Amino acid sequence: MTRATHRSAEEIGRTELGPRSLPPLGEPRIGRAPAAVDTVLDNGLRVIAVRHGVVPMVELRLRIPFAGAEQKHPARAELLAEALLTGTERRNRVQVDTDLAAVGGDLHATVDPERLSITGDALATGLDTLLDVLADALTGAVYRDTEVEGERARLVERIAVARSQPRVIAREELQRHRYGDHPFVREVPQAEDVAEVSVEEVRTLHREAVLPRGSVLAMVGDIDPDQAVAAVERNLAGWQSEDTARELPSLPAVRGGDVRLVHRPGAVQSQLRFSAQALPRTDPQYPALQIANLVFGGYFSSRLVENIREDKGYTYGAHSSFEFTRGNGTVLVDADTASEVTAAALLETRYELARLALVPPTESEVESARQYAIGSLLTSTASQSGMASTLVALAAAGLGQDWLLAHPERLRAITVEQVGEAARRFTPTAFTGVVVGDADKLADQLRLLGGVVLP
Amino acid sequence: MVEPQLHRVTLPNGLRVVLAPDSAAGRASSGQAPVVGVSVHYDVGFRSEPEGRTGFAHLFEHLMFQGSESLEKLAHFRHVQGSGGTFNGSTHQDYTDYYQVLPSAALERALFLEADRMRAPKITEENLRNQVDVVKEEIRLNVLNRPYGGFPWILLPPVLYSTFANAHNGYGDFTDLEQATVDDCAAFFDTFYAPGNAVLTIVGDIDVEQTIDLVNKHFGDVPARDVPPRPSFAEPFPAGELRGKHADPHAPLPAVALGHRLPDPVSELDAYLANVVLAAILSDGDASRLQQRLVYQDTLVVDVHAGCGLMGAPLDARDPDTFTVTAIHTPEVELDRVVGAIDEELEKLATDGPSADELSRVTARWAASLYREHDRVVTRTLDLGSAELLHGRAELISDLPKLIGKVSAEGVASAAKALRPDARAVLEIEPAGDENATGGAA
Repeated sequence: MTRATHRSAEEIGRTELGPRSLPPLGEPRIGRAPAAVDTVLDNGLRVIAVRHGVVPMVELRLRIPFAGAEQKHPARAELLAEALLTGTERRNRVQVDTDLAAVGGDLHATVDPERLSITGDALATGLDTLLDVLADALTGAVYRDTEVEGERARLVERIAVARSQPRVIAREELQRHRYGDHPFVREVPQAEDVAEVSVEEVRTLHREAVLPRGSVLAMVGDIDPDQAVAAVERNLAGWQSEDTARELPSLPAVRGGDVRLVHRPGAVQSQLRFSAQALPRTDPQYPALQIANLVFGGYFSSRLVENIREDKGYTYGAHSSFEFTRGNGTVLVDADTASEVTAAALLETRYELARLALVPPTESEVESARQYAIGSLLTSTASQSGMASTLVALAAAGLGQDWLLAHPERLRAITVEQVGEAARRFTPTAFTGVVVGDADKLADQLRLLGGVVLP
Repeated sequence: MVEPQLHRVTLPNGLRVVLAPDSAAGRASSGQAPVVGVSVHYDVGFRSEPEGRTGFAHLFEHLMFQGSESLEKLAHFRHVQGSGGTFNGSTHQDYTDYYQVLPSAALERALFLEADRMRAPKITEENLRNQVDVVKEEIRLNVLNRPYGGFPWILLPPVLYSTFANAHNGYGDFTDLEQATVDDCAAFFDTFYAPGNAVLTIVGDIDVEQTIDLVNKHFGDVPARDVPPRPSFAEPFPAGELRGKHADPHAPLPAVALGHRLPDPVSELDAYLANVVLAAILSDGDASRLQQRLVYQDTLVVDVHAGCGLMGAPLDARDPDTFTVTAIHTPEVELDRVVGAIDEELEKLATDGPSADELSRVTARWAASLYREHDRVVTRTLDLGSAELLHGRAELISDLPKLIGKVSAEGVASAAKALRPDARAVLEIEPAGDENATGGAA
């Protein structure tokens, strides 16, 4: 189409020499463990500082357990997160931003049913400024009426935008389906609850729940770990409380059962979302389960992706991944498919789940998944931001850098038999979930398939 | 920080190679990981696809993963991931990139995989039909089933631009995608995927001499082919304000996108970078002009963003390129009030320029964000490759903090002055079908 004469596709796919063989892997190079400090300060805050990488930056992650049982907690928490960095006695909103910008810095707060997260970064030479602004907000956020009221109005609109996203709708439906009314399900607050939150309620929540004890602060970058911890002690000395940050109550185990069809009129695509009980990272069987999950749908070269994307073209992406909360782990499987092939994609997903439990992963499947698990851990923690996010996620489970450094060895030690045993957790009967889509187009097919509760 | 020392080789078949070994290789305390990034940038994007074949460049990107003379379908994925690596590809206006990030022990394997599909990809009817289906699902996911899907990168160009190359949908229409043939693929490959039309970039934990030997070993016998002269996609600036509307069945709130033409990113780099600084002064951070005025002071919009480039990043295309301002606002606020307030802020900057504080704020944040981005091997690899391809100098990515720092208040004022209301596009997003917007999850 673009030139008059060209080779045919067959001619292009052939050379005189013919196919060549794949070169072997070279000797693995082992990175050296960087200097690290992992300690708990007098105020109960756990601080992790790691020297990592060569760019003159520092990444900061603060995780404050932030659960709440009351119906209005998510609305209050969301508004607190939006307004936390809008001003103190010393700084108004513009000054917060200006001071951070001067050291190339940023700070953002987000909240979910488990935790309040503050994410930041700055030039490494600006760590003191970054910590000063952070400490100022943690100990001195004033929540000026005008700022909170402005954020409240915007939040109501943003919630409408969030709930128009199919993935948000599907996530809410899955959460309710597997956990009922446990506080963990309330990820996006109700707009009407937000509209009713008073400024005073936000201030009270800050006093009662933004607490150092039980929280963890990770810093990763071009820093001296001892000096960085000293800088935290100096800057956060005023952040004190005898109370402990609030952990989410334990989650009930996910039980397998029927999938529920949720009607979304006019949808041209359906969201398939399934879940089953898995294991926490600390379980001795976790590394085997990690490999089994990769074989199922945890990476591109998996049974599920090769089936429903590369063989059948039902989806752009299918994924199987773990979700960890304290002392708990579940597995989530997701794919988005055109309405016409939704039931077929559900059928194939169930088929692959059953096959994983009944036809254990082969040695080559296990090897590939093992190498990927080890290699992707290396590549994902090669950057300062990747390492910081990994360390704070591990810290939530009480784990540290030593666990991370030892994990490749744990993965290397797993046998094919152990993976086969772990794979038995992936039976179709262990899963439950939802399909969100246009029920007018989906109901007949799904009725034929069975195991689906129709609206 | 030591900037990466770049090395260059051009093979006899025309393949340009850029190598950027870790500056820190061997530094004991750095925690630098033994990781490599390998990318190939081909000098063809969706602006080059012919009429009647919208979305073809992107569809072809998918087919490059579907097997080659030495590797059956699925083998590419398995070999990259089974070596501990990650991979992807993406299609832009003026280029298509492919990348892998792997433990450095897998470097040779990565080079083998890229060379094999540059030499002899296997394009079959079965794979083509399969990937047409996959691409359609990708479009449903990212555009058709999603609020604000394709906003503004698909929806704004047909308002601002008049030629097919610049205005058409780079994701493609379903009918065009379905009509694509294996022979179209063969013609596209032979025309645009010649080694002389590509840049190979290798970054990270590498030994330069050994790596050049490996490059010669694997890419050396990819036969040279003619490289088509690159067409100009230039077109005149709009002679008046251009208006367009799009009804979005899923959007809960109205939105607007303004599109302006930018100076040529390659031949007028300084003027282009003044626009990059202008965009940051307008919308980067709570203290920025549009955040202050539109979000906090007048409370006209829920979100506002200004930036250079349609694909979300500056310096990602040749001329013509687009300055965009996007905002989501409530139905009570009229479109013209939002646009009027943006114009007033641009007018102020055109008259008075930014303050010294504003300039230094942008400079420090830019330097920091570039360091941060390039700390990730994948970004470093891709940005070096695209800078080499589009600008002929990968060094640009290391020079950017300095170049951004040199942008003057006058330069920003001129940039603001050039964003004239009578030479721009205004795209309005109208929410339609409220029953979906509120969730419909009954």
